[in-house]
Amino acid sequence: MSGAPPYAVDVAGLRKRFQVRSPSVFAKPQVVHAVSDISFRLERGRTLGIVGESGCGKSTLARLLMGLIEADDGSVLLAGQALGPKPQQLTAVRRKVQMVFQDSFASLNPRLTIEASLMFGPQVHGVPSDAARRTAHDLLERVGLEPARFAGRYPHEVSGGQRQRVNIARALALKPEIVIFDEAVSALDKSVELQVLNLLLDLKAELGLTYLFISHDLNVVQYISDEVMVMYLGKVVEMGPVQSVYAQPAHPYTRALLASMPSMDPRQRTQAAPLVGDPPSPIDPPSGCRFRTRCAYADAACGQTEPLLRWVAASAPLSRATPTADGVHRAACHHIPVPGGDV
Amino acid sequence: MSTALLTSQAAVAVPLASASQGYWRGVLQRLLRDRVSVVCGVVLLLIFVAAVFAPWLAPGDPVVGSVLKRLKPVGTPGHLLGTDELGRDMLTRLMYGGRVSLLMGMAPVGLALLIGGSLGMVAGFVGGRVNAVIMRSVDVVFAFPSILLAVAIAGALGAGIGNTLLALTIVLIPPLTRVTESATTQVRSVEFIEAARASGAGSAVIMRVHVLGNVIGPVLVYATSLLSVAIIMAAGLSFIGLGAKPPTPEWGLMLNTLRNAIYTQPLLAALPGVLIFVVSLAFNLLADGLRSAMEVQ
Repeated sequence: MSGAPPYAVDVAGLRKRFQVRSPSVFAKPQVVHAVSDISFRLERGRTLGIVGESGCGKSTLARLLMGLIEADDGSVLLAGQALGPKPQQLTAVRRKVQMVFQDSFASLNPRLTIEASLMFGPQVHGVPSDAARRTAHDLLERVGLEPARFAGRYPHEVSGGQRQRVNIARALALKPEIVIFDEAVSALDKSVELQVLNLLLDLKAELGLTYLFISHDLNVVQYISDEVMVMYLGKVVEMGPVQSVYAQPAHPYTRALLASMPSMDPRQRTQAAPLVGDPPSPIDPPSGCRFRTRCAYADAACGQTEPLLRWVAASAPLSRATPTADGVHRAACHHIPVPGGDV
Repeated sequence: MSTALLTSQAAVAVPLASASQGYWRGVLQRLLRDRVSVVCGVVLLLIFVAAVFAPWLAPGDPVVGSVLKRLKPVGTPGHLLGTDELGRDMLTRLMYGGRVSLLMGMAPVGLALLIGGSLGMVAGFVGGRVNAVIMRSVDVVFAFPSILLAVAIAGALGAGIGNTLLALTIVLIPPLTRVTESATTQVRSVEFIEAARASGAGSAVIMRVHVLGNVIGPVLVYATSLLSVAIIMAAGLSFIGLGAKPPTPEWGLMLNTLRNAIYTQPLLAALPGVLIFVVSLAFNLLADGLRSAMEVQ
């Protein structure tokens, strides 16, 4: 491994629990396992799509990677550097990773002009104001907003799509290496969404960025991602190259998700709902496989041991050098035949 | 408007003033379009000018009077608004009284805004234990009816303008802390604060640039409405002998000394009360106007 460039994102054994206010003072305090034991690696310049139902821990994972909340356990390496607990360390690493939020309006200060919002980050890091202003105008140009028209406007004076472009520009203002999109295009109109997605692809190619793209829209994830990670109740149930996972989903949950994907082809429309009910509460997740309560294939074994992520039989040629790296299609289910053993 | 607490981290030059200019200009424009607010503003301005420039504008001496000309009615030649129980010119005394009354009403609100605003912002932004300590201490003060507390503090410290200012400041801090805290708590959970944190900014910078600008509006409106309360309380304290001491002209105190003349010269006796009423009403209506001027996004 020596000499090889570090992974852009290297997450190992990440866990986060939240204490929930208990219904009464006498009740045992309840704990939500928002993210439990997540590990993955992402190479520079690639896009990882993260999908899953609401409450599966996608946003918690994003905030953990941003250092906005502290992990209970596990490690995060961003471009080879640890997201340390010390504030100065955090400030330095934070520049490497920025985030675009879902709500384009809430993520901009309504009292600041677009220009001032874009200037804030660099100024915090000591860039003088005229240089920060030039950067802000460059960024506006880059995301397709004419600086002369938009710099002096307030967030409520521009459209949703334009606002999300401003948020993208703001995320790029600190020259990050990694950008996390937390449902960043979900609130946009379909036509605007495509424009923004194409903008993201252009920016990635131009600036050599690495993306983590969180979404519940499977079509969007397929369009933008190189790899995809499927989460269920705080766990990764399947991950791998996007073509492989979409073409041959191994985990029953992934299959159900993909079956619920809206299709343009009327012959492919599904009649029955592939998944019934809501996911169980993450406060007291099911024993063994967390998906077993909604799984058609569940048997006694599923309730006893937790399935580990394993290679999927139909996966692409495997390289032994990087056993847990990208490019390997893996899923966590007891019912998958074992070709190469546990990984 | 920046609080003493937050200017310490002035190293980062963030264009707060220039950026929020547009918003405040809009508020002023809408305020000027509101007729009630304009009238209130003009009335307050007139009373202010009369009070501040009393030494140059007033026709007589506020302290020295003539016993021969006691309790002359309103409209007496040479004494436009009559004379009081010691023969002092009423117009002069009302103008001079405005200085003390307005000061005693406005200074405590300003001070309490600074202290309570900072406390509330820190409590709301930091949250957790800091919030609990600040807000519960404030609640202790809240437990007493405000005028009773003011009377108790002023009574314990002794009469005098300084002590009244102190008593009123202490009474006004809790409500301002509470309003600022709740406004801050709302702003804190919005995503642009998280985005600012993600860009590596410290709490002090975030509070100054991102919280203050979004919190100051509602807090200012509330402070304006407190001005009328403070003026009435200040006058009340003076009326019961805990504020200004004779012969200092002060509206509340004048109301007290003229109360014996209420059957002989009712109009005269009512004059200081009318001024207290007008000023307090004007501040209240102005606060209403300000609120609606700020609500428009």
